[in-house]
Amino acid sequence: MTMLKTLIAAAAALVPGWAVADPDPADWASVLEAARGQTVYWNAWGGSPVTNDFIAWVGRRVAEDHGVTLEHVKLSDTADAVARVLAEKQAGQDKGGAIDLIWINGPNFAAMKEAGLLFGPFAEQLPNWALVDVAGKPVRADFTVPTDGMESPWATAQVVFMYDSADMAPLADMGALLDWAQANPGRFTYPQPPDFLGTTFLKQALYGVLDDPSVLLRPVDEAGYDDIVAPLWAYLDALTPNLWRQGRAYPQTGPRQIQLLADGEISLAISFSPGEASAAIANGQLPDTVRTFVPAGGTIGNASFVAIPYNATAPAGAMVVANFLLSAQAQARALDPANLGYGTVLDLGALPDGERALFDGIDLGIATLSPAELGPALPEPHPSWMTRIAADWVGRYGVAN
Amino acid sequence: MSLRAVPILTLVLLLGPVLAGLAGTLAPAFGILPVIGRVEPGLDAFAALLAWPGLPAAVRLSLVTGLGSAALSLAIVTLLVACWSGTRSFAAFRRVLSPLLSVPHAAAAFGLAFLIAPSGLIVRALSPGLTGWTQPPDLLIVQDGAGLSLMAGLVVKEVPFLLLMVLAALGQADAARAELVARSLGHDRPAAWLKAVFPPVYAQIRLPVLVVLAFSMTVVDVAMILGPNTPPTLAVQILRWMNAPDLAMRLQGAAAATLQLALVCAALGLWWLGERAVARLGRAWVWSGARRAGGQGTAAVALVLAGIAAAAVLAGLAVLAIWSVAGFWRFPGVWPDAITLRNWMRHGPGVADVLGDTVLIAGAATGIALALAIGCLEAEHRHGLRMRVRGQWLLYLPLLAPQVAFLPGVQTWMLILGIKGGVAAVVAAHVLFVFPYVFLSLGDPFRAWDTRQATVAHSLGAGPDRVLWAVRLPMLLAPVLTAAAVGFAVSVGQYLPTLLIGGGRVPTVTTEAVALASGGDRRAIGVWALVQTGLALLPFALAIGLPRLAWRNRKGLLHG
Repeated sequence: MTMLKTLIAAAAALVPGWAVADPDPADWASVLEAARGQTVYWNAWGGSPVTNDFIAWVGRRVAEDHGVTLEHVKLSDTADAVARVLAEKQAGQDKGGAIDLIWINGPNFAAMKEAGLLFGPFAEQLPNWALVDVAGKPVRADFTVPTDGMESPWATAQVVFMYDSADMAPLADMGALLDWAQANPGRFTYPQPPDFLGTTFLKQALYGVLDDPSVLLRPVDEAGYDDIVAPLWAYLDALTPNLWRQGRAYPQTGPRQIQLLADGEISLAISFSPGEASAAIANGQLPDTVRTFVPAGGTIGNASFVAIPYNATAPAGAMVVANFLLSAQAQARALDPANLGYGTVLDLGALPDGERALFDGIDLGIATLSPAELGPALPEPHPSWMTRIAADWVGRYGVAN
Repeated sequence: MSLRAVPILTLVLLLGPVLAGLAGTLAPAFGILPVIGRVEPGLDAFAALLAWPGLPAAVRLSLVTGLGSAALSLAIVTLLVACWSGTRSFAAFRRVLSPLLSVPHAAAAFGLAFLIAPSGLIVRALSPGLTGWTQPPDLLIVQDGAGLSLMAGLVVKEVPFLLLMVLAALGQADAARAELVARSLGHDRPAAWLKAVFPPVYAQIRLPVLVVLAFSMTVVDVAMILGPNTPPTLAVQILRWMNAPDLAMRLQGAAAATLQLALVCAALGLWWLGERAVARLGRAWVWSGARRAGGQGTAAVALVLAGIAAAAVLAGLAVLAIWSVAGFWRFPGVWPDAITLRNWMRHGPGVADVLGDTVLIAGAATGIALALAIGCLEAEHRHGLRMRVRGQWLLYLPLLAPQVAFLPGVQTWMLILGIKGGVAAVVAAHVLFVFPYVFLSLGDPFRAWDTRQATVAHSLGAGPDRVLWAVRLPMLLAPVLTAAAVGFAVSVGQYLPTLLIGGGRVPTVTTEAVALASGGDRRAIGVWALVQTGLALLPFALAIGLPRLAWRNRKGLLHG
C-alpha cells in the first residue's frame, strides 16, 4: 500500500500539473486552511530560558488562534539544523523533512540560500509584512545578502556594551576601550571567535579602526585585504595581553560571558541585544549595577529571521507561525525586557492606535538605552568578512597556547 | 530464533551502522561530498588540516589528557582497592562512589568548574578574609593550556566507573583466597593484592580501561567545559568544523575525524606497550620476593586521592543544587543573595514533558542490549562460539570510534534507506552505545561463573535453558543488575545520537540539558543536571539494593 502511494506520488511529480503545489502564501486563506492541524517543528537555539519561554508562549497562541501545534526543537547550535537539512538533501529526502522552521541569520542563511535548501519566497507575501518597517530596519538584507523573501524577520538587535557601573564609567569609543583595558588588565573579554558574538566584536572593532568602512559592504577583496585589516590586528595585539586570562582562554558563548560579568570576573562585556542587560537583571542573572553604552560612531545592528527548509513537512503551518511573529502582540511581548527585550521589526508609527498602545506601556528597563541614545545601526559587513577575519583570528590568537 | 545466530546478529547490528557511518565520514575526508558539488577524490582536506596552526597542540592535548586521565584513574582505583578492600572504610567508600557513576559527565564538569574557578566556591570561601580578594583573581585555572582541569574532570568521573568494574571482577577472581595466601607468605596487604589479585583482575577489566582511554580522548562536552580552547582538543575542533556554517569545512572536519580515529588507535597501541612494560616490571617484582613493611603511606595517598575525586563530584552536585534555587549570587558570597523556587517552576513543566520518553528509550535500549548480551554469552557457553579477542574488539567499535566521526554518516544512511527518525530509531542508536557497556559489565562475571554449577544442575536433569534461567542468571543477579544500571545511565547520557538520529524530534532530558548548558545559565544547568542525575541514580540504587534483598540469606552471592 505504501509502495503504491509512493509510486503514485512519483508519477504525479513527473506529470506537470498533477504535482501538488506548495502552499501559496499569496492565497492566505488556503494557507490557514492547510495549516490547521499541522505540527510545526521549530528548530531554534535553546540556550536561553527566556527565549524558550517566549517560543512556548507563541506555541500556545498559534494553537489557540490557528490550530497549529508548535514544537520547539532546542538546538545548542543552529548549524545542527543546517546539517540536518543538508543530510536530508544528500539522502534525496525532498519531502517530509524533520524541520519546518529555523531561527536563522547571517552565514547560516547565506549557506542555506546558496545551497538551495530553503522554501520560498514567502516572507513578503505574509499578511503582517505590511506592518514591517522596511525602510528603517535591516529586514531585506541579512549581512548584506538579499533575503529575497526566503526568510522572515522577527526581531532586531544592535550591539551594546554592558558594564558594571560599580567598577567603571561608560567608554567613549573603541580607542577608549583599549586605554581602559590597558589600565585595568583582566577585566574585559569577548566570546571566542568563530562564536557569533565574538566575531561581532571583531567587526565592531574593525568599524572603529577603519577610515573608510564602506569596503566592508562588499565581499572581501584579496588584493587589499591585508592592508585593510592591519589596523585591526594592531588593535588586538595591544588589547589581547590585557584581556581576561591574558587572552589565553575565552568564554565560549555570549551567555558564558554574562556569567563572568555576574561572577565579577570581568567588568565589561559585549551584547547583541540592547535589552539583554535589563532582562538579565530582572532574572537575577546580573547585578543591578550593570548598565549599557554604545561607543561613538555607532554599533552594528541586524535582524533575526525565521526560514523554512525546502523539504519542510508543514510549510503552511510554518508560515502561520512566521506571520504570527510579526503581529503587534508577539512583537510587543518580545520587546518587554520582562520577557525577552528584543527590538521590534515593526513600524510603530504605521500601526493602528489599539496595537501601538501595546508598545506604549512597556518599561524598557533600567539598563536599556532609549532609541535616541542607541543611535543608528551600522550595517553588517558582507558575510565573507565575518568568515575571513574569524579564520584569521583563530590563526593569530586562537591557538596561542 | 536459534541461539547460534545471536552473536552474528549482534555483530551486524553494531558494526553495520558504525562501518556505514565511517564510510560516510571517510568519503568527505578524501574530498567527496556530492551535496556541495565535490565529487573528485583528493587530499585537499588533509592538507587544510595540516595547515591549521593549532593541530600540534590539539593532538598533544588529546593524547596527553586521554592517556593521563586513563592512567591516573586506573592507578587510583588499583591502589584504593589494593590498600583498602575488605576494610570497613572501603565498604563505606564504595557506597559513596558507586552512585557517582550515574552523575552525567557534563554535570560533574560544571560542578567541578564552579568549585575550582577563580570566582568559584573555594575562592569565595577564602575571600576576602584570607586572600584579601574583593574581585576574583585573574588566574587561568579552568581551561588551562596543559589540560590539567580537563584531566581532573575526567578522573573524578572515571574512578567510580573503573571501581565498579574492578568490584564486579573481584568476585570472579577468587581474590580473597589469593590475597590470603600471599599475605600468609608475609606480604602486607597492598603488596599481596597487587602481586596475587591484580593480574587476573586487570585481565577482566582491560576493555573497560581501554574504553575509558578512548572516551577520554574523544569526549566533547567535558572538554568544552573544562578543557583549553586556544586551541581546544581535537574532538572539540572536529565538532566546530562539522558545525561551521561554511559547508566546505565539513571536509576538513571529516579529515580531522579520520586523524582522531588514527590517534585513538595509536593511543591504544601505546597503552598496550605500557601494559607489557608494567607486566615485565611486575613479574620482576614478584620474583624478587621482596617483603616490605610500611604500605601506610601509599594507602593514605590512595584514600586521599579517591576521597578528593568523590568529594569533588559530591560538592559539585551540591553547588549545582544551590544554583538551581539561586537568585542573584554575587562574588565573594558563599551563599546566594536570594533563594527562589522560580528556576524549578520555570523548568519543571519541561522536565515532565521529556521524562517519559527518556525512561522509555533508556529502558528499551537497556532491555534489548541485555537480551543480546546474554544471548551472545550463552551462545558462547553452549556452542563454544567464543569470539576471538579481535571479534570482541569489534563489539567496542562504537565506543572506540569518535561519535562525531560516524554519527552524521549513520544519519545520512538512515535517510537513504527511508528510516524515519523517531523513538524507535533513537532506541536502535542507543543500543549501539549501551550494548558494549552492558556486555563489558556482564561479560567477565558471566564467563567467570563456575561451570561446575551447570554440570551439577545438568546431572540433576535440568536442560540448558533451565540452567540459564534457574541457576546462572539468579546467581549472576548482581552483575546483571549492575550491567542494566550502567546501560540505563549510558542511554540517559547520550546526546549526539539522540539529536542526530532522532532528527531533533525526540527530546530527552539530556538533549534539553545540553541545549540549555550551551547557554551557560547555571540555574538551568543546576535543575537539569539534578534531574539527569536522579534519573540515572535510581537503577543503581536498585542494582545495589535488590541483590541484598534477594540474597539476604546467601552471603556468598553478594559479590557484585
